[in-house]
Amino acid sequence: MGRFKEKKSGGMPKISTASLPDIMFILLCFFMVSTTMRETTLIVKIRLPAASEVQKLERKNLVSFIYVGQPIKGTYGTESRIQLNDQFATIDDIQAFVATEREARDESDRRLMTTSIKADRDTRMGIVSDIKQELRKAGAFKINYSSRKTARLK
Amino acid sequence: MRKKKEVPEINAASMADIAFLLLIFFLVTVTMDVDTGITRKLPPPVEDDSSVDFNQRNIFEVLVNSANMLLVEGKPGNLLTLTEDTKTFFLNPNNDPNLPEKKLERIELMGDIYVSKGVISLKNDRGTSYEMYIKVQNELTRAFQEMRDELSIEKFGTKYNNLVDPLKQEAIQAVIPIAISEAEPEDVGKTK
Repeated sequence: MGRFKEKKSGGMPKISTASLPDIMFILLCFFMVSTTMRETTLIVKIRLPAASEVQKLERKNLVSFIYVGQPIKGTYGTESRIQLNDQFATIDDIQAFVATEREARDESDRRLMTTSIKADRDTRMGIVSDIKQELRKAGAFKINYSSRKTARLK
Repeated sequence: MRKKKEVPEINAASMADIAFLLLIFFLVTVTMDVDTGITRKLPPPVEDDSSVDFNQRNIFEVLVNSANMLLVEGKPGNLLTLTEDTKTFFLNPNNDPNLPEKKLERIELMGDIYVSKGVISLKNDRGTSYEMYIKVQNELTRAFQEMRDELSIEKFGTKYNNLVDPLKQEAIQAVIPIAISEAEPEDVGKTK
């Protein structure tokens, strides 16, 4: 019969886990600072086109987004639709949308506002052109065609 | 002497788990990708449709039809050569009488320099796909970006995007403006 012998020394010392929460919080803070919150839930399908000459969108808080694409839910048909904020919109809503977006910003920042068009790559240009016309009428001249960065054509 | 009351130690072992859960929550709710895209400036709306008189030689016509095919200056075009074609057109290195005129202008930091009067006219159909449109826009942007880079290297020894001095940037912009004019799309293809 074996006898259990209590170890006195020479075993592995216990690793202190007291600093683990701190490490986690640092990680957490890093993520909070380096990322942006997902603000709108997409109800249209968007696969961005690819381009090589893309620029980064600076000052996210001055950017308003217009989404264009096929509705994700099949019950809304397959026709490309415009999404503003969290709901479907028509072409006539764009001017009001731009006005609200402008109202929400600081007066000094208003001329720096950019409208980013996030459209699916299979969208027809007709709807995009209509949006551009409305934006011109609304006075939102700075636009950005959202696209993924890829290598250039050879 | 009173015995010192001992403060019971709080077990902090679960703190790590709590922080970890928070971390996962943030990972799920945030979007890491940076928004990128092609930036453009729309022209202000015009009151009357008085077309500005442009000399035909100054216009580089790029048409995209509803079948996503290119027509460049009346000939079937190729996306792969569009950048080069645009550059040759705009810069007109051999002073071809069929290519755009140039005007001698005095620009700060540059001195007297020839500025091209060329304009790229981009016209698409309502049925053109957005992907094709972006591709064409991308090639045109690239043409202008490359021309700006070349000029910038020649004059200031560094690429346009690396210029720190806003005055230098403005000088380059004055010599090579992004002259892309977009016409109202036509509905020839009758595709919605």
